[in-house]
Amino acid sequence: MNHSLINDRQQRPSWQPSRFVEWLHIDAMLMLGLLLLLGVGLMMLFSAGGQDMGLIYRQLVRLGVAIGVMLLVAQIHPDRMRDSAYWLYGLGLMLLVAVLFFGHEGKGAQRWLDLGFFRFQPSEIMKLAVPILVAAFLAERPLPPSVWRLIVGLLLIGLPAFLIAKQPDLGTAILIASSGLIVIFLAGIRWKVIFAFLGSCAAAAPVLWYFMHDYQRRRVLTFLNPETDPLGAGYHIIQSKIAIGSGGLFGQGWLRGTQSHLEFLPERSTDFIFAVIAEEFGLAGAVLLLCLYLLIAGRGLFIASQAQSSFSRLLAGSISITFLVYVFVNVGMVTGLLPVVGVPLPLVSYGGTSMVTLLAGFGILMSIHTHRRMMSP
Amino acid sequence: MASRFTLKDHFRESRLVNGRLLFAALLSVIVFSVVIVRLVVLQVFEYEHFDSLSDRNRVDIEPLPPQRGLIYDRNGVMLAENIPTFSLEMVPEKVKDMDYTIDALTELMALTDEDVAEFRDRLKRHRRFQQVVIRQRLTEAEVARFSANRHRFPGVDIEGRLIRHYPQANLFSHAVGYVGRINEREMQIIDQQNYKGTLQIGKTGVEKYYEDQLHGTVGYRQVETNVQGRIVRELMSEPSHSGDDLLLNLDINLQRAAAESLTDFNGSVVAMDPRNGGVLALVSKPDFDPNLFVSGISSKDYSALRDSPERPLYDRALRGSYPPGSTLKPFVALAGLELGVVTEQSRVYDPGWYSLPGHQHRYRCWKSHGHGWVNMKDAVAQSCDTYFYDLAHTLGIDRLHQFLDLFGFGHRTGIDIPSESAGLSPSREWKRASRNQAWFPGETLISGIGQGFNQTTPLQLAHATSTLAMRGVMQEPRVVRASRKAGMSEMQLRNTERVNSLPMQDSQHWEAVIDSMVEVVHGQRGTARHIGEDMPINIAGKTGTAQVFGIAQDEEYDAETLERKLHDHALFIAFAPADKPEFVVAVVVENGGSGSKMAAPIARKLIIEHFGLELDEPQPDQ
Repeated sequence: MNHSLINDRQQRPSWQPSRFVEWLHIDAMLMLGLLLLLGVGLMMLFSAGGQDMGLIYRQLVRLGVAIGVMLLVAQIHPDRMRDSAYWLYGLGLMLLVAVLFFGHEGKGAQRWLDLGFFRFQPSEIMKLAVPILVAAFLAERPLPPSVWRLIVGLLLIGLPAFLIAKQPDLGTAILIASSGLIVIFLAGIRWKVIFAFLGSCAAAAPVLWYFMHDYQRRRVLTFLNPETDPLGAGYHIIQSKIAIGSGGLFGQGWLRGTQSHLEFLPERSTDFIFAVIAEEFGLAGAVLLLCLYLLIAGRGLFIASQAQSSFSRLLAGSISITFLVYVFVNVGMVTGLLPVVGVPLPLVSYGGTSMVTLLAGFGILMSIHTHRRMMSP
Repeated sequence: MASRFTLKDHFRESRLVNGRLLFAALLSVIVFSVVIVRLVVLQVFEYEHFDSLSDRNRVDIEPLPPQRGLIYDRNGVMLAENIPTFSLEMVPEKVKDMDYTIDALTELMALTDEDVAEFRDRLKRHRRFQQVVIRQRLTEAEVARFSANRHRFPGVDIEGRLIRHYPQANLFSHAVGYVGRINEREMQIIDQQNYKGTLQIGKTGVEKYYEDQLHGTVGYRQVETNVQGRIVRELMSEPSHSGDDLLLNLDINLQRAAAESLTDFNGSVVAMDPRNGGVLALVSKPDFDPNLFVSGISSKDYSALRDSPERPLYDRALRGSYPPGSTLKPFVALAGLELGVVTEQSRVYDPGWYSLPGHQHRYRCWKSHGHGWVNMKDAVAQSCDTYFYDLAHTLGIDRLHQFLDLFGFGHRTGIDIPSESAGLSPSREWKRASRNQAWFPGETLISGIGQGFNQTTPLQLAHATSTLAMRGVMQEPRVVRASRKAGMSEMQLRNTERVNSLPMQDSQHWEAVIDSMVEVVHGQRGTARHIGEDMPINIAGKTGTAQVFGIAQDEEYDAETLERKLHDHALFIAFAPADKPEFVVAVVVENGGSGSKMAAPIARKLIIEHFGLELDEPQPDQ
């Protein structure tokens, strides 16, 4: 369509910032949004962590590594990703099985694999491997996928999700399953099938309920409504609601949240950091943060719509929407809308491994966007 | 394959996927709007509420532990109560410097290394916002000393708590049992939610068996505290529900009479009401003070109890296994009648010994010159071994075992106290399975007089005697008679369990055996006649003497030269009145020598106590 864009590079060798960004395969809009979000995250971590600079330095090191990984991934051509999808998935699956047998226990669940020099959660690989593989698999043939392809796709999602739920890490299993299901949804399966699936889930619930023991029912009830258990899981929720509610419209001000600073809100620098934000910056701050998340995901969806192959389109769409699912599950939990499952607030909560995976996902988005051929072949 | 390959229509595909992307984007916006609405509700509409909760204050959730149910004897005498004590407790998350705090407290309160080690252990098992006990049962002086230094220890405070107390101390140590600190293993079993704030759990006896009822349900309150941790106001509370009070069948007067009459002998006394299975006395000596265990027994006290050769922690009434000796004879006699092997009139000549046909070995009667011609009544009354050797031989071990099985020998009685032992009623199959040996005919003879492999617990003896007294009606022994819901005044009687009704072909068989047992106490030549001479009610009884030490074929048993721990065990079973039984008692005196001299007088004391008789001490004839 536009020849001059390609020729420009050869004609003007002099250094320009936009050239550099393009050469690095960086999407400037996405990068800007992410840096803003990461900045807000560090600021909140400083407050939630009791103004501990050590905590900030450790988080900065992780951020450096994660951004490095993101840039590295951005250099890989989407076609290479598609080609290596099966290998990546197979490797992830093997490691998940290995975790079952040789894994290390942390906080009562087996998730870690000790590789000698560092510890690592194989479920993180799956967060990317599942959407890549399902997208690659479905895009092999014309969309919408056949019933046969749909079933295989569901199996490809279900196997790792089951292994991870067994660790047990329900939160991650849900996220991985939804990243795959989103690909299937985007691939255009019929609405009829979607409604039939949702309908049968709804129908199965009361049957399952009927066959459950009393103590199992009680467990499900406290899972759904933790406030009935104020000495256990409900404790977190009661405290976090107080923190959020007392923030009001504009909050108590940075570093001034009383709930969080009286060491009262549990896990305030990890899973419950959103409550600190809402307490210190009020409704205004919380809504702005949510809008920032929507903007970043929106850019991702735009990249998906501009992608040049079905594979890229499906993958970019899944990564962007899964990112929002993350935010929703975390904020829903902290505000008491959803049950308590341990999912951190993406790119803001303290902690390393999920940060690397998330930014690697954005690296994929950048790669998809910057490797477009300007002309149809 | 190639022919079936449809060409991809890129334009159609991208339109399809983009449509879905748009839908997903819209759905995301809607979902996020819901979250924002939720935030508006919390931060705008409920702002006042939450702001007042957080306003420089904090909300604490405290468990309200329930009051443990009380335990009374059948006369309403308190056996287990809750008394207030002070304990030193800590909320770990409020403590700034844990090591400093522990060191300073160790110095101020003179904590021992053991206290500190146990505290650190508990610390690991509690959440950071839960109270952890540092030391229980502070003295007044200690309370005062800490209060003066309280400002140095943020997060540490004195709490008033109720703890278990057993006012009767040693008297009910085995029956009522005791509570103690919840250990790691119990932590796994209990409903942890319901035990928030509860420090003790039933460890033995009634306290353990009825743990669920005694404990009650936890409550909680949500309180608002200021920065210093002082409670400003209560926001919400759910009261706890106290556990049920229990009224036992045990009678403190009988219990005391039994314990005292054992003097310094080890042994056990079990008394029951045969009509409903109610256990009236359950004594095991030596005993111990259960109060030692309540707030964690010191290792010195514990090793003293555990390592004592007298084994005071061992509940002899439920777990002590003794050969029943001659107290088994009435049951063997009943087997003979019922299976048609003998009649009331059948006679056996006792020359002082018995030999199996074709064998030389002489099984000796306790009376070396023999009893001469004896029928069943004589044999029971005089405890003639030869008669029962002959009877057991004719019955054979299979039929004997089967019949004794009906009376619960070798089986747990099902009493409402944990850790009962089953005893042993030997059989051919048992010997094959456990020792891989054949059964020898001579062992049948020994079993017929309650020696050899036979092992019974005192409770089993009382239970079997009760079934005999009731002419076959078997009741499950029950220590707890009634319970009372917290706050109610009425006691709810607990159902008694009729286990079984033993069928006999001829009810006269019961009477024949019971008559022979009456002869033991009231007959001219009865082995326990010295306790029955002045007795206004008819007692049916049977003495027993169980060998501890094997005596060689031609040696004489000489109590003078044997060490006390090698003396025979003395046993006695009895019930009264013989025709309409109301009271059953079984006595085992370890190394007491003779059932007639040592055990029967104890049973007599209990009968006197129970029926409120006024009689003098009997004079056992020499």
